Amino acid sequence: MLAKLFFGYYAAVIILLSLLVVTRKNPVRSVMWMLLLFFHIASLYLFLNAEFIAAIQVIVYAGAILVLFLFVVLLLNLREELKVKRFIGSWPAGLFVSAAILAIVINVIRSFVLVAPPGRYSIEYIKEATHTKALGTILYTEYLFPFEIASLVLLIAIIGAIVLAKRKTRSH
Amino acid sequence: MVPLNWYLMLSATVFMIGVFGFLTRKNIIIMFMSVELMLNGVNISLVAFSHYLQDLRGQILVFFIITVAAAEAAIGLAIIIALFRNKSTAHVDEMNEMKG
Amino acid sequence: MPFVMPDLRPVLPEIVMTVLALAILLADLVIKRKETIAFLSIVGVALVTYVLPGSMGTTFNGMFLSDGYSMFFKLIFMLNVILTVLISVKYIVIEKVNFGEYYALILFSTLGMMLMASAGDLIVLYLGLELMALSTYILAGFIRYDIKSNEAAMKYFLLGAFASAFLLYGTSMIYGLTGTTDLKAISAYIVANGLSGNPVLMLSMILFAVAFSFKIAAVPFHMWAPDAYEGAPTSITAFMSVGPKAAGFAVLGRVFLIAFGSVKLEWSAVLVPIAILTMGVGNIVALSQTNIKRMLAYSSIAHAGYILLGIIAGTSDGMASVLTYMLIYAFMNIGAFAVVIMLRSEGFKGDNITDYEGLSKTHPLAAALMLVFMFSLTGIPPTAGFMGKFYVFMSAINAGYTWVVIIAVMFSAISAYFYLRVVMYMYMKEPKETVQLSTSPAIGLALAITVIAVLFIGISPSTVVNLARAAVSGF
Repeated sequence: MLAKLFFGYYAAVIILLSLLVVTRKNPVRSVMWMLLLFFHIASLYLFLNAEFIAAIQVIVYAGAILVLFLFVVLLLNLREELKVKRFIGSWPAGLFVSAAILAIVINVIRSFVLVAPPGRYSIEYIKEATHTKALGTILYTEYLFPFEIASLVLLIAIIGAIVLAKRKTRSH
Repeated sequence: MVPLNWYLMLSATVFMIGVFGFLTRKNIIIMFMSVELMLNGVNISLVAFSHYLQDLRGQILVFFIITVAAAEAAIGLAIIIALFRNKSTAHVDEMNEMKG
Repeated sequence: MPFVMPDLRPVLPEIVMTVLALAILLADLVIKRKETIAFLSIVGVALVTYVLPGSMGTTFNGMFLSDGYSMFFKLIFMLNVILTVLISVKYIVIEKVNFGEYYALILFSTLGMMLMASAGDLIVLYLGLELMALSTYILAGFIRYDIKSNEAAMKYFLLGAFASAFLLYGTSMIYGLTGTTDLKAISAYIVANGLSGNPVLMLSMILFAVAFSFKIAAVPFHMWAPDAYEGAPTSITAFMSVGPKAAGFAVLGRVFLIAFGSVKLEWSAVLVPIAILTMGVGNIVALSQTNIKRMLAYSSIAHAGYILLGIIAGTSDGMASVLTYMLIYAFMNIGAFAVVIMLRSEGFKGDNITDYEGLSKTHPLAAALMLVFMFSLTGIPPTAGFMGKFYVFMSAINAGYTWVVIIAVMFSAISAYFYLRVVMYMYMKEPKETVQLSTSPAIGLALAITVIAVLFIGISPSTVVNLARAAVSGF
């Protein structure tokens, strides 16, 4: 019962904050609401026994990505931004499309029952091995290959940011 | 215990709020933030599945999604800066250099 | 869990490619002549192609599959890189973006495509796709001082990120349903538990269809393509109209035919309308274009529609025809873009269709080459384009989709109008102004390769077709 109450609070706040993020006129406010949203999502991960994911949600999403967003938002002309309309002309169509898809998806997953057999990482196992260690072990053994690809993706991000944003724009 | 379906419905709602923001907002940065919202919606469902299936694969995927999201943010924001240098706008409906 | 050193032989081409891309990135610091870097990339890619045939096998617990199917696609990617580098050498000097990172990014993007073609697991598929896509976004915006290039990168990026989110949502659904992300295990689980018809499976399949439609620029998820193709540097337009599209088809085939193989009836019901819309919108909107890059963008959308027919057929013959078509498309499309690039010179854009007026009088050879590529894109015998269409349509008819093929042939006839309009401008109009061609040995070589391939495959297609059939035999 208590768990359900907690979930109810987090679900309500997450949905409210998501709506605030996409509807605020001032992008700085959107970023700030998003920060709060990411903390709530991180707490939700704690409920699901995923401490490590909760930690990187805070460190990477809130600590790195949102700071980057904030930097770029500050480059914009905010005074200009507050004068123009926030939505495109045909926004009711967008609302209709997303609401319709949401209705379909909710309808499908409402009756979803888990059929796949449970794996070996039970709560007891993770409690004993600690979550970070359990995750780290399979990340560096079973999932070594995708891990290496991820390192290349990060390298591309470094190259890309430099190539696109550095000052000198023409060769010779 | 909270039923799995509650988490899934929450995840679907967050995802679709992101879709709504992407389809309707003018500001590119907010559109990009809506995509991040969609990814967070996916992450919620993956972590929930992972917990209920007692399998860590879903969380591994979340780990990679967060990594890629960081890389994507760096590149996306670099593109926005490059665009902003040439044309001081961040609105999609003013991007009309090409027509046809 | 003890760590067992995985078998690295199947990933050897990818390892060589990674080392090559990193070496090019470093070589850029010491080598001032960027033509040397282009040459080194081509030598390196040739080396990758050399180690490709010896890399059969499965490794990393089935996450990486190197079979005939992936190998054929990798061959297309190698061809795509070599031709793109050849047509870029002079062009990026004219555009004043002669930086070494350009070649490194092309190689990283190709590495992503190779990983996609070989992915046996949805996690590897996602990461390969992002590696390819992120590199291509940067390349699309490579002309930083040009507002069109910025916009192209922006639109490509936003829609690409949006599509990836759909892909991930589909992955999450299928993971929740089956408890695995391995393609073969997903398929086995669906069959063993009789899950076909499960609404969550359908939802996940539709989400995958949406995400892949974005990647191959199929209607109604094509809106990024015309702008991205028009604004991007022309050499990159050629690159991304072949590479990412082929990679998209590689994963589309792999995911739909293996993981969703048991629900073929349902997914073909989703893909048939997408294919018809794609052919229709691509061909009809192309009629009114005045910019040649934009026209070729719509043409590329239309071609994705034809190729989808091979996937819809769902047979091994259909897959073989998809491979054949993709290879032929690589030759004829890059060939056409090579001619477009030649018209671009210092201070002259040369991307309007009217710029081709009277080209046969001033530059007969360039006009003749363009004629061959336009005939091939229309599908007129004896060019390769005809053979490609022939095999795709035949496989669809054999699978019982005759009515779809009739529609496809009708749209194909419409397409003759806008392709042959370029030919008409070149041969039946008087030149208004003298167009300077910016030729170089590299672009000459690219044109020679493409035109010979288009004519050779058009006259004797059996070599390519047999290769493609052999490639899908173990699928």
